[in-house]
Amino acid sequence: MMEQMRRGVRIPNLRRLVIVPLSILGLFVVWKMAVYVTQYPPFILPPPGLVWNKFMTVLGDGSLLRHLWVTLVEVLVGLTIGVVFATVLGYFLAKSRLVERMLSPYIVASQSVPIVAIAPLLVIWFGAGLFSKILICALIVFFPVLVNTVVGLKSVPEDLQDLMRSLQATRLQTIRYLEIPSAMPVFLGGLRIGATLSVIGAVVGEFVGSDRGLGFMINRARGQYDTALVFVAVFALVFLAISLYTSVILLEKKLLSWREPEDQSLKQI
Amino acid sequence: MDFTLSHHNQSANAMIEVRAVSRVFPTGNGGLRALEKISFSVFPQEFVCVLGPSGSGKSTLLRILAGLLESTSGEVRFHNQIVTGPRKGVGFVFQKSNLMPWRTVLQNITLPLELEGLTALEADEIALAMVELVGLKGFEQALPRDLSGGMAQRVAIARALIHDPEVLLLDEPLGSLDALTRERMGNELLRIWQTHKKTVVMVTHSISEALFLADRVLVISHRPGRLCLDLPVDLPRPRREAMRYTAVFGELTESVRQAIGDSETIMEGV
Repeated sequence: MMEQMRRGVRIPNLRRLVIVPLSILGLFVVWKMAVYVTQYPPFILPPPGLVWNKFMTVLGDGSLLRHLWVTLVEVLVGLTIGVVFATVLGYFLAKSRLVERMLSPYIVASQSVPIVAIAPLLVIWFGAGLFSKILICALIVFFPVLVNTVVGLKSVPEDLQDLMRSLQATRLQTIRYLEIPSAMPVFLGGLRIGATLSVIGAVVGEFVGSDRGLGFMINRARGQYDTALVFVAVFALVFLAISLYTSVILLEKKLLSWREPEDQSLKQI
Repeated sequence: MDFTLSHHNQSANAMIEVRAVSRVFPTGNGGLRALEKISFSVFPQEFVCVLGPSGSGKSTLLRILAGLLESTSGEVRFHNQIVTGPRKGVGFVFQKSNLMPWRTVLQNITLPLELEGLTALEADEIALAMVELVGLKGFEQALPRDLSGGMAQRVAIARALIHDPEVLLLDEPLGSLDALTRERMGNELLRIWQTHKKTVVMVTHSISEALFLADRVLVISHRPGRLCLDLPVDLPRPRREAMRYTAVFGELTESVRQAIGDSETIMEGV
């Protein structure tokens, strides 16, 4: 019985370990075949081998990591600023009808303008440096986090609010003991969206005007018909986005462990 | 057990005094009169049950006693002080267990103490005794999602008792439980009440539960909620299961049932 249980637990893990590399390998096989069949020149569709060589070159001369670092800083700082502002404003929006009525038209209006359209303005106003990129990141992150903060805070159960009132909890205690943990699941859902969007924000900003970062790298490589380098930069972006997304998922797992159904299999081992 | 009766005449000794409390919920046409001119007193260490048909404003009354809701007119006094909001010395148990799903059993019980500024360590020590009292030993670290309805309600009762309140307000605390668990929990409530000597006001919709537990049963009529019966329950304590099947219990049941029935006919007549 125990033996069966143990095997029942291990097989899915093993399967997951095999499936992901297999699917990546599959992608490379299809890619290689596509190059072979279509016979496109490398500046349209570079073969995997060429992209790999390019990757080793830019990794070796440090330029890849330099650009990756710039984009990472923009993303992390922008994300942080966006989340802080969205959370604080979200709290007041959720708690005050007046603030909600006063600000919601502007918030909705700001969302109907695509960020790509505002980005050039921000670069003109704040220069081609880091700051304009951070601002674009923060702006794009702001909305989903704001909405989820408001929804999360508004869904705090009324009975628990009554409980806190009957215990004469102060406002700060209510925030700490009730509202933050209760709104956390919905808030983290917003953060997950925001984390992915922030990468897009940084690249949009770099496309519009910059002299460093992965977006700049793509733009320059495209101009030089160095399509292999474009591929390398795109893969680096994918890596960045997946890492961010995974970090949020790990954070969710840690903070929201109380929501998961009890893992019976763990008890068996 | 005669002393509960004699208390009625000395409203100076009252722990809780309800004076002509009315509550109107604003609606489109004139408002919904949930309670109308309710007056009664509760004496120290008395166990009072409030009965009434559903929609009679029993829970509204309890929330006014707790200071969670304001009355439209009239006043409530605790120890001769007018209630203006939630106050110390009152434990409230909600209809559903109303636990925080992200806190363990122990953390849910210690919440009131933490809010009072005790450290988690100090609070745990007090809470562990409470865990034993309500029979949850071994479940301290469990999360609410893993508890049965009866266990969750025990946690809620422990949480209400942890800061040693004088008064316990219970809003149909056993309403969501199955019949067997409900009887067992009723007995446990009695045991806790007898060892800790609290003043208890409990809302319920079960006549036999009210008679089995209470010193006095108040019946509130259907809207507008008026007090239509204040019945002393002269059954000896400790109460035993067998008492449910005695003639006296039957008579008491009959008079309560009649009061509730009358209130419903009045409503139909209007």
